[in-house]
Amino acid sequence: MTHALDVSRRTFLKSSAVAAGGFTLGFSVPFGEAAAQGVLPPEVNAWVVVKPDDTVIVRIARSEMGQGTLTGLAQLVAEELEADWSKVTWEYPTPGQNVARNRVWKNFSTGGSRGIRESHQYVREGGAAARMMLVQAAANEWGVPAADCKAARSTITHTASGRSTTYGKVAAAAAKLEPPKEVKLKDAKDWAIAGKPLKRLDTVDKLSGKQVYGADLKLPGMLNAAIKDCPVFGGKVASFDAAKIEKMPGVRKVVKVGESALAVVADTWWQAKTALDALPIVWDEGPHAKVSSETIAAMLKEGLDAEQAYIGNKAGDAKAAIASAAKKVEATYSYPYQNHACMEPMNATALWTAEKCEVWCPTQNGEAAFAATVEASGHPAPKCEVYKLHLGGGFGRRGMTDYVRQAVAIAKQMPGTPVKLLWSREEDMLHGRYHPITMAKMTGALDAQGNLVGLHMRISGQSILASVNPQALQQGRDPVTFQGLNPSGPEASFGYTIPNLLIDHAMRNPHVPAGFWRGVNLNHNAIYVECFMDELAQAAGVDPLEFRRRLMKSHPKHLAVLEAAAKGIGWGTPAPSGIHRGLCQTMGFGSYVAAGAEVSVDAKGAIKIHRIVAATNPGHVVNPDQVAAQVEGSFVYGLSAMLYQECTVKNGRIVEENFDTYPPLRMDEMPKVESILMPSGDFWGGGGEPTIAVAAPAVLNAIFAATGKRVRSLPLKNADLRRA
Amino acid sequence: MAKLTVNGKTIDVDAAPDTPLLWAIREQIGLTGTKYGCGVGQCGSCTVHIDGEAVRSCSITVGSLKADQKIVTIEGLSPTHSHPIQKAWLELEVPQCGYCQSGMIMAAAALLAKKPKPTDADIDEAMTNICRCGTYNRVRAGIKLAANA
Ligand code: FES
Ligand code: FES
Repeated sequence: MTHALDVSRRTFLKSSAVAAGGFTLGFSVPFGEAAAQGVLPPEVNAWVVVKPDDTVIVRIARSEMGQGTLTGLAQLVAEELEADWSKVTWEYPTPGQNVARNRVWKNFSTGGSRGIRESHQYVREGGAAARMMLVQAAANEWGVPAADCKAARSTITHTASGRSTTYGKVAAAAAKLEPPKEVKLKDAKDWAIAGKPLKRLDTVDKLSGKQVYGADLKLPGMLNAAIKDCPVFGGKVASFDAAKIEKMPGVRKVVKVGESALAVVADTWWQAKTALDALPIVWDEGPHAKVSSETIAAMLKEGLDAEQAYIGNKAGDAKAAIASAAKKVEATYSYPYQNHACMEPMNATALWTAEKCEVWCPTQNGEAAFAATVEASGHPAPKCEVYKLHLGGGFGRRGMTDYVRQAVAIAKQMPGTPVKLLWSREEDMLHGRYHPITMAKMTGALDAQGNLVGLHMRISGQSILASVNPQALQQGRDPVTFQGLNPSGPEASFGYTIPNLLIDHAMRNPHVPAGFWRGVNLNHNAIYVECFMDELAQAAGVDPLEFRRRLMKSHPKHLAVLEAAAKGIGWGTPAPSGIHRGLCQTMGFGSYVAAGAEVSVDAKGAIKIHRIVAATNPGHVVNPDQVAAQVEGSFVYGLSAMLYQECTVKNGRIVEENFDTYPPLRMDEMPKVESILMPSGDFWGGGGEPTIAVAAPAVLNAIFAATGKRVRSLPLKNADLRRA
Repeated sequence: MAKLTVNGKTIDVDAAPDTPLLWAIREQIGLTGTKYGCGVGQCGSCTVHIDGEAVRSCSITVGSLKADQKIVTIEGLSPTHSHPIQKAWLELEVPQCGYCQSGMIMAAAALLAKKPKPTDADIDEAMTNICRCGTYNRVRAGIKLAANA
């Protein structure tokens, strides 16, 4: 299969291949031109390259940031390809190639736990098509019908004659064949590579320091940049005195980046940072310089009872049911701003010349990084390229392109010199795209028998879409706000049937930029719903599991994971002395999740989380060990958020600047996690995020069981759990 | 100009004396396995061994070190990457993104050198590194596997 590239593109790719070829880096050299010249092994199709020594290279369009998606996708391709797994390796196609080849690899975006669930079909088809072409090539060589040949472990055998050959030997011939019009995929029950807990393809280099992350990139002649953006969002640079630092060691240039940021370019990053810290800067703090956490809280509080609100889910007449309830239960919850705090701070390296612009960066969305590069560089797409590097964590933050634009803007002021921009941790903390801040007023109506007959959930607070992608709002309404609360559907539906229900959102958008933070809106929605369910059960005098069961008869998949978690944690059986239990469930990112927690709280109010049992139905499991790793990691992420993490606002800026004031959970606090995977096989859900949402409510419900105290405002560090 | 002994080699390092060891290792010596995570001694991504002790290299300056102090980075932990901790990490698939893992491995290796059979409490005390991906339970299991290897 050959791929026509336009001439200018070919020339560019060739030159950048030569340029990049001189560096020993973890990314692949652009392959279109080289493959066409026979320098690179034949591309059977866009997804599969086979070398003469039978090495199979699977092309991975999505980004690997620790979640294991690259191994999972390779497993899916290899399964259909009938490849010898021991010879499977991988490479990233570049975003520029994807554009030049009419998006042959489709979507590069890696967020919303979509890496596998959104692409499993076409990557498997890619593997299957490549297998058919390889078999056809062998059959042609032998002059026999392809139907009489079989492929297994990268070997093709003609059944009747026993003749055999390997993929590597026929790949060049296969690459010249027309791709099949129709492919048939295997039934998951016949999988031998997919569905198995195979080792990741990217572990070894992470054990020896060899793995190159964006922050580690070295290019010949490269300089380093440190940056400070106005700490008050919406502010600008008023003035600065470059002369004061220009003579400091290593300093090459002080540059303005847009209207709001300044960068120092120096020989080393440490020199750049040291000089930047010494640079006198006067900020024009703009219109938000007086905003504080208190003013934001007041803004959200007003929304709790406001007239106007966008409706997310509605049945019957919730307000009437509440007005005539035998018992009314009411509670207000709140959830703070949080920073992703990826272990590797934001960074990107750019090389700008009058002819072209190249960017090397860790990104969750190669295509968005490419578009940002095109826009910021002033060059047309065929003269731009982005090379993706391994991410030291993403969690949604690296789907944004602010740091890419900055790197290009700096490089543009240093033509011909590659510049690596690395944010300090402080910059990373002050310029996040924060977990949105919200509050919720929950009002429930119980009848005389203790049944829940009405629920009004009023969310007040920030919309992510309004901040990130306002064009996606639907007449002002942010549909993503209702994650886990939707009436029905395969993505994130509400697991309870309540005859009178109103879930609505009073959108209140403070100036702090919101973003997709691993788990997204499901995180707070699950806390609000699942903690309040416990409050309602208590008010009704019914066991929390039994109370939920009554509402879940029409939601068997939600209920199944809840029952599994309940059984796993020992719900209904006596707990060890001093230990208390909590339960919860939700649905998001296409998967059903539930958790049970065992917690103790001592007289001084110190909590210990002893054990978590998590049940997950993601439909299909491509690598059970990696899904288990995501479940374990999700509890670290979710419990860190619940216990400690909040970004507070003072004078328009974020207060917490490093891990001393924004601590994650550490090893000594980490509970045991038992993960029950129960894929039902009839859909494809995500694995990287949904579990985060069940971490906090399970523990908060257990804390109530232990202390009789409801913690409704997060993080928990602000609550006093001492016994009265 | 400072003299440092890193992974068995004595190297002249052209860095100002107040440069943190982390940045001298990464930028002057060119070993990027040692990571920057916080710069303030909180996260442990920058952990190296100095005379066998796990040290957060962001929080110690080049000027405070002597040429005869033996600094070992992740690249020098084992010439064939076959330290029992590295083997256990591979066996149990400990890393996710891997960014914190150089520091985790160096902290764990220093622990094992002192306490070949660490208890859970020993592990809790020695392993205070941050992992945002959340690999803590596998780190613990990996240390135990290596201890029993
Ligand atoms: S970078 Fe040294 S402890 Fe975080
Ligand atoms: S593996 Fe990603 S931070 Fe630890």
